[in-house]
Amino acid sequence: MGKFSFLTAIFLLVFSLTYAQHNHDHDHSGHDHSGHDHSGHDHSGHDHGKKERKVLKRNSKKLQEQRAAQSGHNHAGHDHTGHDHGHGHTNACGLAGDDHSTFNPGKVAFHHISDQNIFSIGPFSLPLPCIVKDPNGWHFFSSGKFKADAHGNSHYAYKGYVLYEGSLRRVKDASFPKEKVELHHGDITSQLENVDGIPKPADVVSVCYQNKAYKAENKSTFDGGMFGGRMTGFYDFSITKNVASMFIVFAILAFILLRTAKSYKTRQGKAPSGVQSLIEPIFVFMQDEVCKPFLGHAWEKFTPFLMSLFFFILGLNLFGQVPFFGGSNVTGNLSFTMVLALIATIVVFFNGNADYWKHIFWMPGLPAWVKVIITPVEIVGNFILKPATLMLRLFGNMAAGHIVIVIFIGLIFLFGKNGANTMGAAGASVASVLLSLFMMALELLVAFIQAFVFTILTASYIGAATEEHHAH
Amino acid sequence: MTGTLAAIGAGLAVIGAGIGIGNIGSSAMEAIARQPEAVGDIRANMILTAALIEGAAVIAIILSFVL
Repeated sequence: MGKFSFLTAIFLLVFSLTYAQHNHDHDHSGHDHSGHDHSGHDHSGHDHGKKERKVLKRNSKKLQEQRAAQSGHNHAGHDHTGHDHGHGHTNACGLAGDDHSTFNPGKVAFHHISDQNIFSIGPFSLPLPCIVKDPNGWHFFSSGKFKADAHGNSHYAYKGYVLYEGSLRRVKDASFPKEKVELHHGDITSQLENVDGIPKPADVVSVCYQNKAYKAENKSTFDGGMFGGRMTGFYDFSITKNVASMFIVFAILAFILLRTAKSYKTRQGKAPSGVQSLIEPIFVFMQDEVCKPFLGHAWEKFTPFLMSLFFFILGLNLFGQVPFFGGSNVTGNLSFTMVLALIATIVVFFNGNADYWKHIFWMPGLPAWVKVIITPVEIVGNFILKPATLMLRLFGNMAAGHIVIVIFIGLIFLFGKNGANTMGAAGASVASVLLSLFMMALELLVAFIQAFVFTILTASYIGAATEEHHAH
Repeated sequence: MTGTLAAIGAGLAVIGAGIGIGNIGSSAMEAIARQPEAVGDIRANMILTAALIEGAAVIAIILSFVL
């Protein structure tokens, strides 16, 4: 009973804290070309801005007229070989959209490791519920209301929200209509602008509706803008892709581990079989190598916490490696690892005995002048560095792995010039597949290692905090 | 220019990681040669120490992306 409630408490704490925070990843206007087919795109009938596509489809005569009128409209100087869109369409507000002609690996990589409000399984996208609180109150709706296209840009604006590249944005201006309005292709764009308080120009999303450009707020964050998030006017508690992945991994882990526990009860005294044979080596390894050596006499008290930490991180790491099933990146998300590091630090602080605190603030066994120097070092090290390195190590390893894999797959697009050069793409795909296979194998190893390292470091910190007094 | 500086910074960080992990690997090999029965313990400790050093290198790489 005690162990189970401990587990649930940890999981609930993680979920609730991550709910309130949003990811701090850089908001680059990345571009996912995996589903976007540019071949055969006819530019002559492509309408810009307000001209209703429905009207064009219904009335072919008008189409001819508009084609004639459009020959000089926004196409001057644009190169249309293959599927090249030239340097971005400009929509009715005069804001340039994203350039589809060249492949930008950095932006695509950052887009793929960011959190989204859509869960994409292969070519299908599952809309996820959006739960937001803004100055107008609480709103609950499904992200399917946005009818997002292949890039994740929404076709409709709902209650003043749009979906830009899969994530929820709120239009700042109160005059933007609150009911469901239709937008056109290219109406949601992002420009690099200088924003107060951020050293580099940041991407600002604008929505063009009825020839007026409305600026949209950035994704809701808790950090007050440290990593380019900027304080926003709405609080996003949506079930995003990351939260959904956490639920899925939790369900899988709960199923496996509870079955293992049950089979130990029903098969007492017998040899392990079935799922016990899977979990037992890992569990006993962690118990003998991590819990017992580092925690000393109190090892049974902290083993449930450390085991939950290990299996949860391991499960999420492995879940992030599964291709096409969401492509989730929970452990490569700074807010998630920050919450984990915070939980570990809180556990350490709450279980630190007097000896531990004395060692930090006034280390015994040293001359007084050395103690004065050591105290700030210890304070910074224990309060800031240890949680920060726990957070950054896990985040960096997993995010870097995901970025590298996305870039290796993006080599195909790079060499194929986004579809213009099929032979280049074919050649690059051979190399890309081999490289990606190698990276994915390495990532499996890294998944285990990083979960292990996080757990062993937490165990070592807890052990140091609960260590019994020994004479100096 | 900032892109190149970031790449140079990341490369420098990886040099440090490479030297450190090389040291760990060599001392681990020596220790295993001296006492082959302790392979399990030595391997676990080697991986742990390598991961710690990798952590520092990865932090440096991520910072070079961010800044």
